Amino acid sequence: MSGNTAPRMKSEAGLLDIWRRLRKNPLAMFGLFIVVLLIFFAITADVIAPYKYYEQNLINSFQSPSKEHLFGTDEFGRDILSRIIHGSRISLQVGLIAVGISVIFGGFFGAVAGYYGGRIDNLIMRGMDILLSIPSILLAIAIAASLGPGLYNMMVAVGISTTPQYARIIRGSVLSLRGQEFVEAAKAVGSSDTRIIMKHILPNCLAPIIVQSTLGVASAILTAAGLSFIGLGIQPPTPEWGAMLSGGREYIRDYAYMTVFPGLAIMITILALNFLGDGLRDVLDPKLKR
Amino acid sequence: MENKKLLLDIQDLSIQYDTEGGTVHAVEHLNLTLEHGENLGFVGETGAGKTTTALGIMGLIPNPPGIIADGKIFFEGEDLLKKSERQMRDIRGGKIAMIFQDPMTSLNPVMTVDKQIAEMVLLHNDVSEQQALERAVEMLEMVGIKKERAHDFPHQFSGGMKQRVVIAIALACNPILLIADEPTTALDVTIQAQVLELMHELRRKINTSLIMITHDLGIVAEMCDKVAIMYAGRVVEYASTEALYNRPAHPYTEGLFNSIPDIDRDEEELKVIQGLLPDPTNLPSGCSFHPRCPYAIDSCSSDMPPMVEIEAGHFVACPVRFEHWKNAADGNGGVKR
Amino acid sequence: MNPNAKTIVEVNNLKKYFHTKKGMLHAVDDVSFAINKGETLGLVGESGCGKSTLGRVMIRLLEATSGEVKFWGNDILKYSSSKMKEMRKRVQIVFQDPYSSLNPRLAVSELIAEPLLVNKVFRSASERSKKILELMDTVGLAKRLVNSYPHELDGGRRQRIGIARSLALSPEFIVLDEPVSALDVCIQAQVLNLLNSLQKQFGYTYVFISHNLSVVKHVSDRIAVMYLGKIVEMSDYQSLFKEPLHPYTQALLSAIPIARVGQKRDRLILEGDVPSPIEPPEGCRFQGRCFYRQDICKEKTPELRELEPGRSVACHFARQLVRTNGR
Repeated sequence: MSGNTAPRMKSEAGLLDIWRRLRKNPLAMFGLFIVVLLIFFAITADVIAPYKYYEQNLINSFQSPSKEHLFGTDEFGRDILSRIIHGSRISLQVGLIAVGISVIFGGFFGAVAGYYGGRIDNLIMRGMDILLSIPSILLAIAIAASLGPGLYNMMVAVGISTTPQYARIIRGSVLSLRGQEFVEAAKAVGSSDTRIIMKHILPNCLAPIIVQSTLGVASAILTAAGLSFIGLGIQPPTPEWGAMLSGGREYIRDYAYMTVFPGLAIMITILALNFLGDGLRDVLDPKLKR
Repeated sequence: MENKKLLLDIQDLSIQYDTEGGTVHAVEHLNLTLEHGENLGFVGETGAGKTTTALGIMGLIPNPPGIIADGKIFFEGEDLLKKSERQMRDIRGGKIAMIFQDPMTSLNPVMTVDKQIAEMVLLHNDVSEQQALERAVEMLEMVGIKKERAHDFPHQFSGGMKQRVVIAIALACNPILLIADEPTTALDVTIQAQVLELMHELRRKINTSLIMITHDLGIVAEMCDKVAIMYAGRVVEYASTEALYNRPAHPYTEGLFNSIPDIDRDEEELKVIQGLLPDPTNLPSGCSFHPRCPYAIDSCSSDMPPMVEIEAGHFVACPVRFEHWKNAADGNGGVKR
Repeated sequence: MNPNAKTIVEVNNLKKYFHTKKGMLHAVDDVSFAINKGETLGLVGESGCGKSTLGRVMIRLLEATSGEVKFWGNDILKYSSSKMKEMRKRVQIVFQDPYSSLNPRLAVSELIAEPLLVNKVFRSASERSKKILELMDTVGLAKRLVNSYPHELDGGRRQRIGIARSLALSPEFIVLDEPVSALDVCIQAQVLNLLNSLQKQFGYTYVFISHNLSVVKHVSDRIAVMYLGKIVEMSDYQSLFKEPLHPYTQALLSAIPIARVGQKRDRLILEGDVPSPIEPPEGCRFQGRCFYRQDICKEKTPELRELEPGRSVACHFARQLVRTNGR
């Protein structure tokens, strides 16, 4: 939209504008590139993977990286590269969706608790404290056990188990923002509570949310691996980075590459998300514009 | 003025801050003198460079990003800028003391007030702890705090009382020069009146020179003998309080006076200075006030106005107004407010 | 008081108490007054006297403990939340701190658009942007600033954004909560002139809250002086400054430093500090610091009484004080 006489006026933060500013940040663009690449691998895994991920060849087990098997083979002679490419499907889904669940639930409970305060705050946060007092892996096991095994149940379990951490962080930021005069100013012009939370409070606590959730992706992948290991997550032979990592642990002395490659995959993913997250945080903060 | 020995003589002082946005010229070729026992009011808006000048005198310019680019600061005849950090530490709090604006944050919250004063005394004097504590109680009584309260913590005092404690700390070592940076801005009017009264009283008791940094021309009228008006890092007018208030000469000074609603008069509209303070990274050429000045002529945008003495002890950096002044009724003294 | 004047706001026995750990804090304690259409009522007092709380309770940014706030005769404290939302268009507020009262993530146009969006004033975006530019023009903001963010602007311009927001819904009544306290004198003067000319142009009714007496005097038709949650004196600005009746007002006026040489007034220096508003004792709130204090002041709370038409004081000895102070 634009006025006839004046410079173009922005109504709400335009996506195009965000993209234009993100493009100027090379680290963020690198992060975005890697993330897009991983998503591409995940979608086209069946086509680009050199071998089938379940194809066993016991004669070829424990092969070091070579021309045929770029990342080597595991104890059953399966091609690690192919398993990593296929694994990106599960791992990316688990990481992103589980964190998404945590952010949505944690954000909701944290924002409500922090904004309304008083009894509601007490009720929600004591509930979160109870969840926090249980180690999150144990909590995830309990939830996954009650939901039954399976990919989606596992994501829900991992997501719920880390929700309290997000709720705490967001409540803290909301609490300090709630007292700001601009929140009162929004009330004075008749804004509803929902609008105030969505438009005025949450955008201002973006920085801690982004930091926490990019780090959260890594721990979600590893928690998911833990669940798979005890049989509550992904069932073999479906490949998954976390499970490959823990599976290769037994052979770490002799065949280090079995853990190095899935580890690298996780690391690169986290790093890319981190770069992208930091870039987004800066782009969305008008104080750092230009 | 030359026959008395100057306490403070600032010559051509320039202080800059290097920031991402460019070099901030906080103080530009500032000249200022202060005699023994004199009270100087230092007036200007936020960002005019008042506090930076004070920090420059104290040797407390944060470096980086700040640098003293040029100039000399003579204190009792010695250049402070040539002193080592060790020597400055002795001078700070000893011969020169400073009071900051916010009494709430300038006291240590976990230390009783007598200990805070005693600490200062111990730093600068060769006395026992017992003697220092006695001195602390003495100081507290001097600023009107009963000795029973000496062992209280800062949070047990109100804002006005805290500022008294801050004053007591500043005066504990009998400084020769006291720099007060907006000492009453954070206080309510009736409490401000108490603190100003106290400072008046202390002036009579101890012969300390004072630099009072403020934006309140009312406080200066009450407390100071001399006034320096600062604009964009420069002193634009410097005179005795009497001369400056009755015969302000610089257009900016005039604008400042016009901006304050007069409590004894009714005025429909305030005569305002148009525009905003200039960007300190990009000061206008020539006189930095010329874009906002109603009297500006062509040469103002190119020539840096020199300080001229328009009457004894009354200096103004505005040649245009100086001409007006000369042409106005002879001897009677130019522009009346 | 002008007999033709129409009362726009009437405040009756308004109270606002806060629960604190130390007890009940009486921020606003039984305050009553009326404001006429088109006038400016100045509300002065020192920090903690309850003036900002009073301003917020009057427009229901805070809920009152008891009492009435009548707007054109209707008690808005009894309004349902949907009716109050309608009401918000007619009563507005400008905040003290132009730094914290604007969301740092919104551009100038979004900030000014908010009241219009929230209240669905315009259906089309182009009408809305026209109005935004019009408002910016009204408060003296250059058009090129539409996409700027608050942190890029100085205090004066930010305060103009705050004013534009409050004007967006064409209110009748505006609470100005220390609108110029955070500004330098030159900018302060510019904003005061703006508020003045807006009032002339649109006939707004203002409540001007400030601790700065010279500013209050400059803008107000009538002035109410508050001390510890109560109004202690209320009068037209001229008589208040010429002949303050309440001892607190006298002390307050004498405490102002005057920007003129050789005009130092005889100060009435008050002893001590403002006492705590938590569980205040019986009797006159000012008795602890008052230089005319008598026994009765400890026992009986003085009511705000009208001494002469348009001049009210809450002091047991107001009549004597008139005589002793009359010049």
